[in-house]
Amino acid sequence: MSFDYAPAPESRAIVKIKAKYGHFIGGKFVSGSKHFPTINPATEEVLSQIALAGKADIDAAVKAARKAYTQIWSKMSGKERGKYLFRIARIMQERSREFAVLETLDNGKPIRESRDVDVPLAAAHFFYHAGWADKLEFAALGTSTKPHGVAGQIIPWNFPLLMLAWKIAPALAAGNTVVLKPAESTPLSALLFAEICQQAELPAGVVNIVTGDGSTGALIVNHPGIDKIAFTGSTEVGKIIARAVAPTHKSLTLELGGKAANIIFEDAAIDEAIEGIVNGVFFNQGHVCCAGSRLLLQESIADEVLEKLKIRMAKIRVGDPMDKNTDLGAINSKEQLLKIQDLSAIGDAEGGQRWSAPCEFPKKGFWFAPTVFTGVTQAHRIAREEIFGPVLSILTFRTPQEAIDKANNTPFGLSAGVWSEKGSRILWASQQLRAGVVWANTFNKFDPASPFGGYKESGWGREGGRHGLSTYLKGVGHE
Amino acid sequence: MSNRIYVKKTYKLFINGSFPRSESGRTYEIKSAKGVFIANPSLASRKDLRDAVTAAHAAQAGWNKVSAYNKGQILYRVAEMLEGRRAQFVDEIVSVTGLTKIKAEKEVTDSVDRLVWYAGWSDKLSSLSGALNPVTGPYYNFTVPESMGVIAAIAPESPSLLGLIDAVAPIIVGGNTVVVLASTKAPLSAMSFAEILATSDVPAGVINILTGKQDEIAPWMASHMDIDGLDISGLATTSHSAVRIAGTENLKRIYSFKSADPGRILAFLENKTVWHPIGL
Amino acid sequence: MSFYGLVDGSQASLTKYLGALSGVDQVGADARAAMLATRSIKTTSKRWAINTAISMVDLTTLEGADTPGKVKALCNKAVRPDPTDSSVPSVGAVCVYNDMVAIAREHLDLIGGGHVGLAAVSTAFPSGRASMPVKIQDTQDALDSGATEIDMVIDRGAFLSGDYIGVFNQIVQIRELCGSRAHLKVIFETGELVTYDNIRKASFLAMAAGAHFIKTSTGKVAPAATAPVVLIMLEAVRDFYQMTRVRIGVKPAGGIRTTKDAIKQLVLVNETAGPEWLTPALFRIGASSLLNDLLMQRMKLDDGYYASPEYVTID
Repeated sequence: MSFDYAPAPESRAIVKIKAKYGHFIGGKFVSGSKHFPTINPATEEVLSQIALAGKADIDAAVKAARKAYTQIWSKMSGKERGKYLFRIARIMQERSREFAVLETLDNGKPIRESRDVDVPLAAAHFFYHAGWADKLEFAALGTSTKPHGVAGQIIPWNFPLLMLAWKIAPALAAGNTVVLKPAESTPLSALLFAEICQQAELPAGVVNIVTGDGSTGALIVNHPGIDKIAFTGSTEVGKIIARAVAPTHKSLTLELGGKAANIIFEDAAIDEAIEGIVNGVFFNQGHVCCAGSRLLLQESIADEVLEKLKIRMAKIRVGDPMDKNTDLGAINSKEQLLKIQDLSAIGDAEGGQRWSAPCEFPKKGFWFAPTVFTGVTQAHRIAREEIFGPVLSILTFRTPQEAIDKANNTPFGLSAGVWSEKGSRILWASQQLRAGVVWANTFNKFDPASPFGGYKESGWGREGGRHGLSTYLKGVGHE
Repeated sequence: MSNRIYVKKTYKLFINGSFPRSESGRTYEIKSAKGVFIANPSLASRKDLRDAVTAAHAAQAGWNKVSAYNKGQILYRVAEMLEGRRAQFVDEIVSVTGLTKIKAEKEVTDSVDRLVWYAGWSDKLSSLSGALNPVTGPYYNFTVPESMGVIAAIAPESPSLLGLIDAVAPIIVGGNTVVVLASTKAPLSAMSFAEILATSDVPAGVINILTGKQDEIAPWMASHMDIDGLDISGLATTSHSAVRIAGTENLKRIYSFKSADPGRILAFLENKTVWHPIGL
Repeated sequence: MSFYGLVDGSQASLTKYLGALSGVDQVGADARAAMLATRSIKTTSKRWAINTAISMVDLTTLEGADTPGKVKALCNKAVRPDPTDSSVPSVGAVCVYNDMVAIAREHLDLIGGGHVGLAAVSTAFPSGRASMPVKIQDTQDALDSGATEIDMVIDRGAFLSGDYIGVFNQIVQIRELCGSRAHLKVIFETGELVTYDNIRKASFLAMAAGAHFIKTSTGKVAPAATAPVVLIMLEAVRDFYQMTRVRIGVKPAGGIRTTKDAIKQLVLVNETAGPEWLTPALFRIGASSLLNDLLMQRMKLDDGYYASPEYVTID
């Protein structure tokens, strides 16, 4: 017998999923009219029926948020607002296992990641921002400390709870009330968060959660009663939202796509760089806007790194997301799987050489093996377009300047990685890279104190840190 | 003395440190507040804008590399030169706008002082808006403001000089380069300001000044894919929506400002966060 | 003498060989080790892991107070860790000071424990502070007394002062002494080398000098066999295999006391060097109290309830 790890599934007994959910408006769960299913992408099991919010629902949510803003939240001192955020953070910690299990069931991400990354970071975001609530004058750099009012927030399916925390925590700390729409395929953790708002006795209407699809999102974006839109998602949808918001008074922050270069210089710490490459593009099935999906290898070490990378990729454990030993879970939806398959087929057609780690998939669910393409150049579509899956395009370079030029040769500018044991080269490259986040000798690290967001077409504004908080104030860089 | 023929100035565009005429060959007429002909400044075309953006793009990396200390000194030098030529600017403002001499003098004084104020910001921006972030884990993590690239601006119709300074100085002080459309009705002080720039230490292409019409230039500024940001403070408010919509094609950062504050500088700076492990 | 043709014995060739190694980022290595520590090993794989771990234990006593009685008892435990359960495998080896080797040899042979290795700590263990003739004599004593494995310490002072060729030559000499009679394990005392760069460098140095095993620690200095240190050494043997097609063994020692610790070590092996290393021929765990915890956990798996120390022998 060899050391095959026996199944080590996390128990799902801790979560109670209702057969049907409504919206959370004005502090209460209200039933919806139309519903659609949300499924477990690892099993295709229907988990629950989710309400599809229409115009009346959004009107009600905005009205509740406005009322809460005018009558309560805008009158409350920052000190008191902060205490609610602290309460939320604490309850999230207390119920962290429940959140982790629910997130993994609905999203398909490995339980190890939802348990060790998503949920603790989400709670940390509330803790961090709680402390800002009564210190806004120090965040505003001498400009306005006034909130926008009602914020409409639309979040993606890749980190459902964490993106909720990134949105709601700063909005509330700055004194806004919110109407938040979780992604169509991953609404359950947001609905559990609504329960936490109740347990925290957050005043009714300060947080409103409405579920639905793109049409619901459009209703929020175009609602005249909303003062601020915050969106995380694709650049394509981001531009549509920007266009819709452009003629209005609404403030807008966008956190969009990326095609990050991960540059490995020949003097890098190779084994840690291999881990960085793996973590960069296979973390969360590659469903990460800042994924290091373009690997730039210095030619002198390209063969060695590729060989080591393949050995390492063969050890990635693909399968049941609820198994505590799974590294790569299910692709979040059939639609996304098709997109990954299509772009990979284009990679083949364009002459890229595909290699996938050998792995066996469960019979049901949506799966894609960790994959690399070699022989890729800047002209290939798989080197330019965001695949949002576990697919890595590998390019080579000869000189540091060539690496930077290739890294920056994209309309995106969200993140980048650079690996070298030479301090001055690290700082030089960090300075040259046109990206909002540069991970030097590490990758895919996140923290509430650390501003995150993109240059160019990767977005507007930052999330996290003072910079992120300030996007919820009418001050710096805003009209 | 009174019979002497006055030597009039030809007002042209300012692109890449030179004074070309519009490639379109067009000009338009500027008359004094009393209706007397003053000049035929160039009526810039979209191709002039294109050339200016090319110049601004080429100049950006070099300007960005200039130390913050030096950028501040270069801007201060511009203020020095403006101070030395105050009389000319006062005369031009009076003749074109019909402002009283006292008001014109105040505008020039404010312009000089505003330049000095912006100059002083050059080496304080990362102290103001940068941060060492206390992340959890063994990582050194810092955020620094960085230049965004090429920014276009539309200066207000009035005040024609002070408005131009507010359009240009906050953009370049952080390492961006700029293409600005001057006041259409009162472009003289803008072009005289270009003469200062041409003999100052501001490198060619860092500030490019066009004269012409907002409705001809603004849409092309909004849609140009190599312009990263746009200051529409001077643009007629009726045109704001159209320009903002056109600018979404490359997600340009578009702002309109009402005052001179640090936010005006920071708006056209990106923030970069760098992580590095701390270990043996 | 040189092995594999990697180093010709000159300072220059050794410097070139070690200089080609990539650095190690401490934070990244720590993070990788911490991630692997989250592996959850249950049921059938846990049983396999416990049995495998038992067979990999170098059951150790290295006390000033060691006596013939103590060493004999240790040998009994090594051959039959659980007298009530014959399905429990023998451990990999017993590990003693070299004046106890003869006693252990005699007793192992007496009780039918010829299949259990007999390791002697050598070369002025644990400090390594003695002249080379003394170290050679020390090793010779152990070999003459019947040791099948020599656990030598490197001269950390020489290593830290940059005298890599000195360290290299000492290992070569001891390896030559071992000849075909004994396997050579080279102890780095990683707690004194401190940096992961040093540990990687020491690993490659020792392997090129002919070590059969590279071993973390003496057990006398903390920190000892931390997960990241073992990770670095496993990466080194993996890379060395790519260069030479020769598999070098790894032995963590010091601080591994519980079944959980041991299973984490096996996970490190499995996912770093690979399953080929999951054999006592290529992976050993130097420990004393670990064995009883492995036995108790094994009982728990068999019986379904938690075991008591009363039911495992204390030798």
